[in-house]
Formats: sequence, structure tokens, C-alpha cells
Amino acid sequence: MKRFSREQIATRVARDIPNGAYVNLGIGLPTMVANHLPRDREIILHTENGLLGMGPAPEAGAEDPDLINAGKQPVTTLLGASFFHTADSFAVMRGGHLDYCVLGAFQVSVTGDLANWHTGGPDAIPAVGGAMDLAIGAKHVYVMMDLQTKKGESKIVERCTYPLTGVGCVNRIYTDVADFDVTPAGLRVIEMAPELSFAELERITGVPLVDATATVAA
Amino acid sequence: MVNKIVASTAEAVANIGDGATVMVGGFGTAGMPAELVDALIAQGARNLTIVSNNAGNAETGLAALLKAQRVKKIICSFPRQTDSWVFDGLYRAGELELELVPQGNLAERIRAAGAGIGAFYTPTGYGTPLAEGKETRRIDGRDYVLEYPIRADFALIKALRGDRWGNLVYRKTARNFGPIMASAAKCTIAQVREIVNLGDLDPENVVTPGIFVQRIVEIPAATRLMATPGAAA
Repeated sequence: MKRFSREQIATRVARDIPNGAYVNLGIGLPTMVANHLPRDREIILHTENGLLGMGPAPEAGAEDPDLINAGKQPVTTLLGASFFHTADSFAVMRGGHLDYCVLGAFQVSVTGDLANWHTGGPDAIPAVGGAMDLAIGAKHVYVMMDLQTKKGESKIVERCTYPLTGVGCVNRIYTDVADFDVTPAGLRVIEMAPELSFAELERITGVPLVDATATVAA
Repeated sequence: MVNKIVASTAEAVANIGDGATVMVGGFGTAGMPAELVDALIAQGARNLTIVSNNAGNAETGLAALLKAQRVKKIICSFPRQTDSWVFDGLYRAGELELELVPQGNLAERIRAAGAGIGAFYTPTGYGTPLAEGKETRRIDGRDYVLEYPIRADFALIKALRGDRWGNLVYRKTARNFGPIMASAAKCTIAQVREIVNLGDLDPENVVTPGIFVQRIVEIPAATRLMATPGAAA
């Protein structure tokens, strides 16, 4: 099997976000998607600290401490941008106004439960931020992650063992091994890494899967 | 004549008593009223309950208040950051109580307090550890959690400009919690970079109407550059 690189994962996520979409990209891996959005599409990025129309990072020396993203990194505004307070910003999220959000994850269950905010470790300091609001709010909730942990355990699971962020909220999972749609009939595999068999993918994930790659290709 | 202008940060925070609940604006350091918090540290009030999105950065502002051991409880959404070592140490030592709230619930609970709402049902957090023990209800096929308002005795916020009636405009993403905290506290104290004459703020563009603000103090722009961009993840 040839695993997809992070660039390739980000490229596939970006490919699936249509022109005109309002999108929130979570902290970490998902921020990479911004660099891969097709230039012929107008896509409006939201950041939960109160900005729509977020632009890329400023040039060195042009950082403004009052203009940051949810990761507290300096950003810029695009023409047409708007600022708003936190309650309005979360109305944007919780109220179902965002078309897409892309989140990282520790685990996703076969029914779309998401765990991405807390390892649950006894000495871990919890921090949740906007993760739970994003998980339940956007019209399409996409997860972007490595399929396995560093120890080789599948992060797609029958039931999450980490504390949940949201119940049944994930619609699609993009990974370095395969992409999955979460459906009432179970996880449908829509893309697989080269030289990977469906049987091998089922063995890696340890959960029942439906092979839909042919349907998607056709 | 209505004149909410006070001469100094010390005067502005003078009557914050021991045991008060104090909202502190800001998302990270953007919108953090650092000079008002410094004045609160100097003033000496103890056993405070703090409501803020984060739990302080490095050793300034809110982190300095925590370090001075004036806070018994903090209600926030994202305490853990790369530069939150003051909070981390106190929390691990059991010297600081934490109520962790999803950011949207934090904002809406603050907004609800200001708007006179008794409680509200939200889908955020349903089925997670942060909703444990809370009332839930299924409405039109969707599950919700009952959340209550967060009120405060004082709110310390930062804005760009204000006038003697307390009208405020903000700057970029430093607006964040300022407008909702202003409405949720019995006494809101705003530090602004510039106090302008009545009428200089276009009424169409006022973000926080002065009725939500009780005191306003001018802190001219500290031409501070961002020390380490992106350091606070």
C-alpha cells in the first residue's frame, strides 16, 4: 500500500468543497486545506473568534495582534470580510449556517461519533474551545486524520473510548489510507490508497465496511 | 450630565470586592484588558470567580492574576495553551477550580444573562462528558442540553474607542467576548484606546450601546508588536 501524504489528503478535502461554500477549518491538520482550495472557486473561511472572509497569514512584520485565527495565529482579511462577537460567531456555527467544517480527530465511530478534544488521561488538562459547536453545527462535518495511531491502532472504531465531542455528527472521514462516508447503512469506502485491497482495509480498521469505490468511480 | 469616564484604572476597579464574579474579555491576548487586570491585581481583591475564554497567557494579564492567587474558580473554554503554565500548575496542584464550558455555550450563557433569558436548550455538548448531570430534552427529533446563564458582578473589557455615554467600537478580532460580557455584568468597565466626543462615533456603527457600560477609562495605544506570532496555540 502507498499511503496518501498529508498534502494529498488536504488536496482531496479541498477538491470536495464547492464554489461559494462557507467553511471552518479546525486547528491543526485541517488548516492545510486552505492552501489547496482551487483558485477558481470563491470559498469563504470562518474563524470562531469572530471573522468571516479570513485570508492567509500576513507577511513577516505585518502581523496584527488584534487579527488572529482560532489557533491564535496572525491572519489577514479578504475584501468583503466581516467581524462579529463570539455569540454571533457561534450562532453561525450552531445555527447550521456553515456549509462545511473540517476537523481533526482522535477517534471516529462507525456511527459518526467524534472524539477530538480530550484524551481523558488523568493528568491531561482539558480544553474544548469551539470543537463541540463545530461538530454539531455545520451542514457537512468532515474529519481529516491518519487512519491509525502511532501504535498502529485504528482510529475508526466501533465505539469511541475517548471522551466524545459529538454524537453521530461526522459525515465523511478522509485519511492517509482511505476515505469513508458515514451512512445509516455503515461506513462506505469511497477512495482507497493505491495497492490496497478492500480485505486489507477491513483488517486494518477492524470494523465492517461497504465497498463503494466502484460506485464513486462510475 | 451622563459621564462614565473615570480617570484611572485604579479608580475604575476600586470597588471590586472579595468573592466577586468578574468577566474578563479577550481571546488569547486579543481584546484582553491587560491594564484593567493589572489594576485589579494591585487593588487586591481575593477569592474571585473569573469568566474568560482562556486562562491566561505567559505571566501577563489574567495569568498574572492567577499567579497572585486571587482566583478560586475559573469558568472558561480553553485553558490549556502552550503558554498557560501558570494555570496548569495551579490546576494540577488543586488550587484552582475549573468549570470547562464549550466556547459556544460559554458565549450563549453570557449572552443569555445579558438578555434576561432564564435558561436555554442547546445541541452543543449533548452526549459528552461536559453535559453529564444536565437536563436534556428531545425537540423535533433532536437532542438538547439545558444550560443556564452566567451573570457577573463586573466585566472588564477592551475596546478601540468609546465616548462618555459608554458607547463602544472594537478592533478586528479583539471584539470577541466584549459586547456580550458588557451586557451580562452589573458593572461593566471598558478600557479604550481613545475616548472621543459624543457624536464622533457614527450611531450606525456603535457595536456596544452605552447602556451596557458603566465605566470607561482611556489607555492610549501601547505600540506593542506581537512578540511571538503564533506562540499561543
